[in-house]
Amino acid sequence: MISKNTSKKPVGVIGAGSFGTAIANILAEKSDVLLYVRDKEKAKEISSSRISSRQHLEENINITSYIEDIGNQCEVIFPIVPSANFRQMIKSLAPSLRPYHILIHGTKGLDLNIPEGIVLTKENPLSRKHVRTMSEVILEETSVLRVGCLAGPNLAKEIEERQPAATVVASHFEEVIDIGQKLLKNDRFMVYGSNDLIGIEFCGVLKNIIAIGSGAVSGMGLGENTRSLLISRGMVEMIHIGNALGGNTKAFIGLAGVGDLIATCTSKLSRNFTVGFRLAQGESIDQIKASMEEVAEGINTIEIIRELAESLNIRVPITETLHKIIHGKMTVAESHTYFMKFPFRAEIDFI
Amino acid sequence: MKPLIRKRRTKTKYKPILKNANTWPVMQMAKKRKEFVQLVVEESYDNLLNLKRGKSLKEELEMTIFREKQRVKTNPWKVDPVDDYSFWEKMSEDLAQVENLKEADKDIALKNIMVKIVERYSNEIAGHFNPSHYNVTRTLVTIGFGRLLNAVRVKGPWSVFSNQLDLDDKIHITGKVDELRKLAKMGTVVMVPTHYSNLDSVLIGWVIQFLGLPPFIYGAGLNLFNLKIFSYFMNSVGAYKVDRRKKNALYLETLKAYSTIAIREGCHSLFFPGGTRSRSGKIEKVLKLGLLGTAIEAQRQVFQSEDSDQNKVFIVPVAINYHFVLEAPSLINDYLKRKGQQRYYEENDEFTTSYKISKFLVKFFTKGSDISVSIGDALDVLGNNVDSKGNSLDKNGQIIDIKDYFKSNGEITENHQREQEYNRILGKKIVEEFHKHSRVFSSHMVAYVGFRMLGRINKHLDLYGLLRLQDDDLIINYDAFKAQFIVILEALKELNAQKQVGMADHLFSLTVDEIIDHGLKNLGMYHAMLPMVKTKKGDIEVQNMNLLYFYHNKLIGYDLEKYF
Repeated sequence: MISKNTSKKPVGVIGAGSFGTAIANILAEKSDVLLYVRDKEKAKEISSSRISSRQHLEENINITSYIEDIGNQCEVIFPIVPSANFRQMIKSLAPSLRPYHILIHGTKGLDLNIPEGIVLTKENPLSRKHVRTMSEVILEETSVLRVGCLAGPNLAKEIEERQPAATVVASHFEEVIDIGQKLLKNDRFMVYGSNDLIGIEFCGVLKNIIAIGSGAVSGMGLGENTRSLLISRGMVEMIHIGNALGGNTKAFIGLAGVGDLIATCTSKLSRNFTVGFRLAQGESIDQIKASMEEVAEGINTIEIIRELAESLNIRVPITETLHKIIHGKMTVAESHTYFMKFPFRAEIDFI
Repeated sequence: MKPLIRKRRTKTKYKPILKNANTWPVMQMAKKRKEFVQLVVEESYDNLLNLKRGKSLKEELEMTIFREKQRVKTNPWKVDPVDDYSFWEKMSEDLAQVENLKEADKDIALKNIMVKIVERYSNEIAGHFNPSHYNVTRTLVTIGFGRLLNAVRVKGPWSVFSNQLDLDDKIHITGKVDELRKLAKMGTVVMVPTHYSNLDSVLIGWVIQFLGLPPFIYGAGLNLFNLKIFSYFMNSVGAYKVDRRKKNALYLETLKAYSTIAIREGCHSLFFPGGTRSRSGKIEKVLKLGLLGTAIEAQRQVFQSEDSDQNKVFIVPVAINYHFVLEAPSLINDYLKRKGQQRYYEENDEFTTSYKISKFLVKFFTKGSDISVSIGDALDVLGNNVDSKGNSLDKNGQIIDIKDYFKSNGEITENHQREQEYNRILGKKIVEEFHKHSRVFSSHMVAYVGFRMLGRINKHLDLYGLLRLQDDDLIINYDAFKAQFIVILEALKELNAQKQVGMADHLFSLTVDEIIDHGLKNLGMYHAMLPMVKTKKGDIEVQNMNLLYFYHNKLIGYDLEKYF
């Protein structure tokens, strides 16, 4: 199915953030890569310095700031940009996309899609139909059908240091999984496949909430018992909401679920962790946002998931609490006591 | 005074798009029946060899032969050939002999058995299209139905021979008719209608010829061929036979190969993608993807061929709407039984004698009020919209080349898993189109509002509790009913403005009270007991909850439940 000449055309990567750059470098080990950088100045700078998001770029990575180059020159494309810019980026890419393109995204966030003129009310609350995963955005905006996503414990810094790691390529198409594996796999980077695209996408999205909570635990100076409690409760919360939104439990107990959750919740390298940490230290969310170089997807996700859970009638105590903290309705210390009193009946009630 | 007659509406008469019957693709196919069957055998043979189901060929054959022998013994039909048992007995013996052969010869022997079985299946499936029979049938259906209607509408014994009213006064064809005619000239059309009644096949057959389209081929249940008269008609209109008793891989592959080749060769086809009739009365949500997949496969094969004159396959969803479905009571009972007790459903055949069929047709046409057939927007095999020139359009209205969907690294490749996914996507799109093109009638609305209101009043009851409500609880105050009816009517009009659903003209031209009366009069008008009536006091009384539930289901899927 996959002929040997895949490498003839460069593989496209959209977004030169830390994860985008790390993926471009992995891809460059096997294929030529065309990396899209939106900002022309920044593109020039990266081209000359060969450094992007503090990572050295491999030689066979070319930089472009024309999005149509990606569509025209590449057949396989990895879009890795923040969820807030994702739809706009896909819209500008769409005219140069053809049905033969394969898109494997690496964005762990959600897209809110409320049609103009529609006001959300109690009778018409935020529901699944207003929320899109990134693969759904691609399907909505383009004629491409062969879509997949990347998920897993992929801390860019460790990948850059060439430490052993793994990822999951999820898609409804075996072909997409095969191509993802073929392009990314090497002796220190394993690639698993999954056909639960929606489930795997939600793993990546939901774990960011728990990571903020985990950061808060550290920020408060609490120890590992507390963190384990948070991670395992967080896992349950992820599964409940994930199931309600169309994912299977299986996805959540694999590498992209529990694996990624542990990595993001325990690493100080994670942006979401940092947000929680600084919240617990007493900074406000606006201060934190203003001083961060890249977006922490978790903040946006908390807002969406809280509203969704309300309309779906699902209990999401961690998300709920973090939402209150972010909006100044609860202090981190108060949340701590609140949490210990929360009436959980059964530990696991989803298998 | 002369009897008053309704003024005839002037309707478009459609000229046949292909005047010469010899140019009909189905004719070409009938002429080369032998070669065609041979092709089906060869291609299903190849497909079967490539099919990996975790079973060896020997195991596959053993199972097929075993099940076929069982079928012959336990469930024989009149239409089955006389040598049915002896054939399978022979296959069984041949298979047993294989064990005694040398290792090297075993494989060939097994393949030979497979070919014999596939040959038998292909011959059974293939239709016997006959143009003169087709013309006879067509004339009979058109004249017969027209006259039946006349007999009711224009009184007097001679009205049977009157030309004052035609069938098309009663059946409204709406939607993209001209596009359909254009596309049928350009490529191969696969029509996929919703399915509520046994009448649908006849109705669609009539619509096809009325629109001037050449005959379509379609799969008809083998059980219909049990009756001599039906067998004559079915064969003559290009039906091929589908035997639901045979569920083995060899049969299913042969059936798929038949359909794929026919579409590939340009025969317009028709499937009811819901499989059987909708027993719940809901618009089909889960489609049977097997035959639909053959359209995708045929399209890919067309692209793979070197023929410069390439045929494009167009999928045309069609929504059929009735005020009432004759078989509704038995359909909904089957549905409730199956849902409620998880019982396996046995095919219940209402069409067992010619007398029953005639009775059915007479009642349907004499009692039935309006019927509408909405021709949906044409799609390509990926579910993209198609313009009137046959171009596939992307979401922004740009023309796309659908060949690209079958390409990897610039070449068209065969990838079954990919096509299965495409099939799922197409199925989803067809369901959406069904909802969009389905036309709401007054009868559906009164049933929906009535049933939902009872549900709201009796919140504590589940569906089965609701269906068992006692007489006293089955009366709804008229004013409350009307108020709720207006809410739903407005919601539907809004959906209609957004092109999310079709609405019958009477919903716009009548007052609310008139619509309600019209709905009550037409709702299940043939059934022994009307599902819902007005009491002497003027309130609404439900007389048959099961039927009310059936007709109410037509409006499921539009998110109207939130208004209750």
